[in-house]
Amino acid sequence: MLIYIGKRIVMALMVSVVVSFISFMILNLSGDPAIALAGADASPEEIQVIRVQYGLDRPVIVQYIEWIGRALQGNLGVSPYFNMPVKDLIGARIGVTLILGTCAFAFAILLAIPLGVVAAIRPNTWIDRTALTISVFGQALPNFFFGLLMIIFFGVILQWLPISGDDTWKHFIMPAVALGYYASPSLMRLTRTGMLEVLGSDYIRTARAKGLKTFSILFKHALRNAIIPVVSLGFVQFGYMLGGAFIIEYVFAINGIGFLAVQSIQRADLPVVQVIVLLLSVIYVSMTLVADIINAFLDPRIRAN
Amino acid sequence: MSALLEVKGLRVDIPLEAGILHAVRGVDIVVERGKTLALVGESGCGKSLSVLSVMDLLPQKAKWRADKIFFDGKNLNDADTSPMANIRGSKIAMIFQEPMTSLNPCYTIGNQLEEALLTHKQVSRKDARDRAVFLLEKVGITAAASRLRQYPHQLSGGLRQRVMIAMGLMCGPPLLIADEPTTALDVTIQAQILALLAAIQKEFDMGMILITHDLGVVARIADHVNIMYCGQVVESGSAIDLFNNPLHPYTQGLLRCIPIPGKTAPGAHLGSIPGMVPTPIGQQVGCVFQNRCEYVHDPCRSSIVEATRISDGREYNCLLTPEVCRTNMSKGLPK
Ligand SMILES: Nc1ncnc2c1ncn2[C@@H]1O[C@H](COP(=O)(O)OP(=O)(O)OP(=O)(O)O)[C@@H](O)[C@H]1O
Ligand SMILES: [Mg+2]
Repeated sequence: MLIYIGKRIVMALMVSVVVSFISFMILNLSGDPAIALAGADASPEEIQVIRVQYGLDRPVIVQYIEWIGRALQGNLGVSPYFNMPVKDLIGARIGVTLILGTCAFAFAILLAIPLGVVAAIRPNTWIDRTALTISVFGQALPNFFFGLLMIIFFGVILQWLPISGDDTWKHFIMPAVALGYYASPSLMRLTRTGMLEVLGSDYIRTARAKGLKTFSILFKHALRNAIIPVVSLGFVQFGYMLGGAFIIEYVFAINGIGFLAVQSIQRADLPVVQVIVLLLSVIYVSMTLVADIINAFLDPRIRAN
Repeated sequence: MSALLEVKGLRVDIPLEAGILHAVRGVDIVVERGKTLALVGESGCGKSLSVLSVMDLLPQKAKWRADKIFFDGKNLNDADTSPMANIRGSKIAMIFQEPMTSLNPCYTIGNQLEEALLTHKQVSRKDARDRAVFLLEKVGITAAASRLRQYPHQLSGGLRQRVMIAMGLMCGPPLLIADEPTTALDVTIQAQILALLAAIQKEFDMGMILITHDLGVVARIADHVNIMYCGQVVESGSAIDLFNNPLHPYTQGLLRCIPIPGKTAPGAHLGSIPGMVPTPIGQQVGCVFQNRCEYVHDPCRSSIVEATRISDGREYNCLLTPEVCRTNMSKGLPK
């Protein structure tokens, strides 16, 4: 088990390095950072001065190694726009993003797994069809649009919930629902197909032949096997909710990482964008790692190889 | 004393797009206490569905009904009270054909064994574990205590089937059902598992239903035999009588298919039964075996063929008289 986890961690680190390098390259290719720094109306001489001053005239690979080296020591650079360390900018916003992502993830799981299980127990009944309808809606509505609908209904018409900002827990309800609801259909479908398949398996027949209670058959024997692919997908989506809540944070004016990312891209604030991209890749990779570890706990065959 | 299990007129229907599949058509099953009943018949004749109905474990779309089901003096035909829930696993245990997939991959052997007892009896975990170790040793597994911590994927097919047998025995059931318990195993292991089942059945004095294709096994282990064909029991009787004195043309055909040591000359041709099993979808008029029978005559195609009772427990479903049947067998196949 420890060996398994160790191997996974090494792999995760390698993936993070590769991803961060590629994203660094792409960002450098997508625009000349020196022009962004100097301003659009700077003369070529001024731009050249900036380029040398910031070391932007050297090969990209050298710049990357220098940048990642500093990043590892905790120096994430300075945002020219805010004139503040990127670390402080991120630190001030990451908490909000974590809360939003976690709430959305919890909502998605609490919606998807029970619905998937019920739909699998009673396939092709009204329960199953209701679950399907809910999930089709979730998939068909873009999450920002669903967010806007909620703003109009609960925020403007009923005035139950605040529509923008992140001051109280009430501010998080609508964005978390919008973000989580969008992620839940695929989780629900996966739970349903997994449960259906497992419920038809030989070991479930054995469990029934032993005279076990329905509860134990469904949750101890069936769900534990059916949930394994759901865990993998679920944590990828959790990563997406933590890092990809750009639009939702923007729509609800939640001052998190996603909001900062959108603004920084608009301002060509390259040091900030670079750190956010690195952060996202680390989040994704560590979520995959968490999923792998949970699955290894669930299924002894996974930890065996 | 009444029989341990007595099933009369069991029917299983499966609605399919093409029509209703009458998988089991009025089967009687009687198991005496401490005796072994063998269900024999070719693939698809309804052996598994028959015993699964007794366990009430049929696939959802399959529906069963019976004129009578008595187990251990209790009427199981009472749909309202669902008495099966308490009997399944504790009074009737079942072992399946697929040892590789019949254990849950996520739990240890120990967990799955103990659970079988803990569901039905108020005993401590420790007692359940002790019983598991005791039974694993009984079914011939060495280092039983350490096996409890192993997972199914760490055991071979033969070992897993032994674990399944031990699991079936956890509550000390009076009836054990083994549905082709050795088909998926290789030949040497098959013999070991069958010998084990026979020994366990004697030692624990259980009734047993053994489903198999192998008439050699039946001859060695079974007390009583039901020969099934296309959802019916076409002949039943004590193993000795049925082997010495087969009556139904199908049984006779089956027995011609196997070599008998000392009787069948080396290199001699073994028999085979020509033709195919008729489709079990829809009603069948006349005898189920008519299209493959050597002795078919007109009434076979139109009459209702019911069981002819020769003595207690000795029946066969054929219009021919027992005398004609016996002569047929001794004469061999008509040219
Ligand atoms: N779930 C199902 N859906 C449709 N038909 C089924 C189903 N289960 C069984 N059948 C059909 O019912 C008939 C009897 O099946 P059963 O499994 O009882 O046969 P069997 O005698 O046990 O055969 P085998 O020796 O191959 O195990 C077969 O024709 C089979 O195709
Ligand atoms: Mg079968």
